[in-house]
Amino acid sequence: MEVKASGQISLRGVTKIFPGYEGHPDVHALGPIDLDISRGEFFTVVGPSGCGKSTLLDVLSGMGNATAGTVMFDGKRISGMVPNGIGAVFQQDASFFWLNVWDNIAFGLRRRGTPYAEIEDRVNRALAFMGLSGFAKAYPAQLSGGMRQRVCIARTLVLEPEVLLLDEPFGALDQQTRLLMGDELLRIWRETGATIVLITHALDEAAMLSDRVGVMSARPGRFIDFVTTGWPRTRDSRIVSDQSFGAITARLWGKLREESIRSLDVAGLVPGAQD
Amino acid sequence: MKSTRFDYLVFAGGLLMLWQLTYYAVGAEIVSSPFATIRRALELVLTNAFWVHAEATMSAFGAASLISIAGGIAIGVWLGLRRFAGDVASPILGSLYSIPKITLYPLILLAFGLGISAKIAFGVIHGIFPVAIFTMNAVRNVAPVYHRTAHIMRLSSVTTAMTIMAPAALPEILAGIRIGIALTLLGTLIGELFASTSGIGFALVRAMGIHAVTDILALTLLIFIFAALLNASLHFIERWVRHGG
Repeated sequence: MEVKASGQISLRGVTKIFPGYEGHPDVHALGPIDLDISRGEFFTVVGPSGCGKSTLLDVLSGMGNATAGTVMFDGKRISGMVPNGIGAVFQQDASFFWLNVWDNIAFGLRRRGTPYAEIEDRVNRALAFMGLSGFAKAYPAQLSGGMRQRVCIARTLVLEPEVLLLDEPFGALDQQTRLLMGDELLRIWRETGATIVLITHALDEAAMLSDRVGVMSARPGRFIDFVTTGWPRTRDSRIVSDQSFGAITARLWGKLREESIRSLDVAGLVPGAQD
Repeated sequence: MKSTRFDYLVFAGGLLMLWQLTYYAVGAEIVSSPFATIRRALELVLTNAFWVHAEATMSAFGAASLISIAGGIAIGVWLGLRRFAGDVASPILGSLYSIPKITLYPLILLAFGLGISAKIAFGVIHGIFPVAIFTMNAVRNVAPVYHRTAHIMRLSSVTTAMTIMAPAALPEILAGIRIGIALTLLGTLIGELFASTSGIGFALVRAMGIHAVTDILALTLLIFIFAALLNASLHFIERWVRHGG
């Protein structure tokens, strides 16, 4: 899919302040943020712990309200309502333990009242696409963490989202699994044409997967740099051995190092409504 | 490690042996032998009188269980959804749960009189609190990521409650029901021990009055078997809905 110039997601002056409680001062978590994410772009957000990455995702998806500023999706303003066409996968295991893999993936389609023949077709394709075909009847408790995360991704993909939000989806997985899941993510991105917004701690993950990486400051989170990677659309985890991979990672860390130190200094002193 | 049938057999055999040894040690005046007890239990279940008492107990226990479960779930869900109310009610429920309910028995008798309603009320005050406490915690402890998933899927609150919250909380609620039912049975039987005119508890007290040791133990054995089967089947259902999760 061609990347269009106009932003599919546009944030203007987005700010989030959590009101203080029991005498604590208000927490300025985020912004002001101006951001445009193009249709079909793979955009990654990196930032120090507690910088408001997850808050940004909440506001951007319409799950949470911004204190000030506007969030536009497909040219329409959203506030407190998740617009149609957004899917999300979270760090925590969100697979439904009471449903087997097949029913987990079919969950969203059933709620939408999709006809059974179509559900069957789409779920079976999603199973094959995510390499879960042999596990259709298995329950999440019988699967590894990586497999359960695949179930959650399949459950989201089957709804054919235009935008896929990923909140540290591989954070709980080991390094090898993460690299391979990264490859799968790139394949999903290429084959579905969806816009991907990934939030991660891992700089190598950001450098390897993204078209563009936004670096956030310590709280209140703002974008202090945007790094365009210039990778071809067809790429995989082998680009970690590319020369420019090191340069990109180094640039990201150069920006982040100072912010991380700042964030660690204040961490624990500010009451957290964050994360 | 998973328990096997063999383990259960060893456990049952051990109990029987211990029972037999106790019988040798203290004599038939206090404990009847396992063999005599089991034979008496079989005789009892073939009499009409036993079933009249069993029916009286079961109707009180059944009604008390239904009230405990329905009331406990209603209270638990309500408190689980309202964090502040839950915070306030939690220690109150906890202390009500741990009160020795027997001290309330005179009050129950005054309020409900002799008969089935007192037995039901006594069963309910034993059973309703564990169901309410477990349900409240079950609703509160539903993983936040499930709420986020429901939110991003744009589900209505009714759909979220029916298709995500309820199944996610169900195993924990069933654990509460299992404990609540066991305590309801206890409460109903205690209710029958005093001031009642029918039921297994009444039959027990009467057997005590005429010092029919074998009858006492035979009735106790039958109650034990009933309670164990009930507990095991609820445990089975609970494990089944958990799917190992």
